Amino acid sequence: MADYILIESRDPFDSTETGNFLDLAEGLSKEGSEVALFLVQNAVMAARHGAKAAALAALAANGVKVLADSFSLQERGISPNRLMAGITVAPLSAVIDYMAAGRKALWH
Amino acid sequence: MMGKKTLTFLLMDAPFETARTTTALRLIDIAARRGYDINVFAYEGAVYLPLASQAKHANAVHGTDAAEEDHPLPREWVAAVMQEAVRNGGKLDWVNCGLCVDERGANEAIAGVRRGSPADFWKMAGASDNVLVIPTR
Repeated sequence: MADYILIESRDPFDSTETGNFLDLAEGLSKEGSEVALFLVQNAVMAARHGAKAAALAALAANGVKVLADSFSLQERGISPNRLMAGITVAPLSAVIDYMAAGRKALWH
Repeated sequence: MMGKKTLTFLLMDAPFETARTTTALRLIDIAARRGYDINVFAYEGAVYLPLASQAKHANAVHGTDAAEEDHPLPREWVAAVMQEAVRNGGKLDWVNCGLCVDERGANEAIAGVRRGSPADFWKMAGASDNVLVIPTR
């Protein structure tokens, strides 16, 4: 069974399609794949503590490793201490780490 | 530490438009710093990324001349990641989609960029440890 690195670049408050991508992450995880979801660019807006992003919070609580790009957070003035529970700050190199390890990589 | 890898990226966005270009080049730069072999297939508007005639410009609003403005140019970023790959024992093979180039009249690319077709992307993907497609919206 393949494992995955999913890269979300869009703000869920701007693009409703992000819900489909989160559904994909959830589905892959439920089928037994290891799934990491990396938030980059405006996607990190949903990682803020208090943001209305229940689906993202649920993913983080149910087996999907959710990471937020440190540079994207810094660009937007979001403190790493102000993220919702279960989301970890990571450098973009984490994506390359996952790719080098052979995870299937999907960008949205 | 994992050994040397070969990664392929497909880019589609034209320069000066989206953050996806910046993120893509950040990813490529990370791979280059690790000495990986990197393939880039530039499709559609992405063939403008290494366009040799990109030029810095003055900014009357800022009151700066071209040198002071120091406007970033994607062709310089592409050249830089190519050099970074070589510096670390890797290489970066940048292929511009030929049809996309012809459509746009984007023939004059910086040194190190070659012309190809989607068949090259297919070959690159088959010979790589991993592939990331970064599409437009």
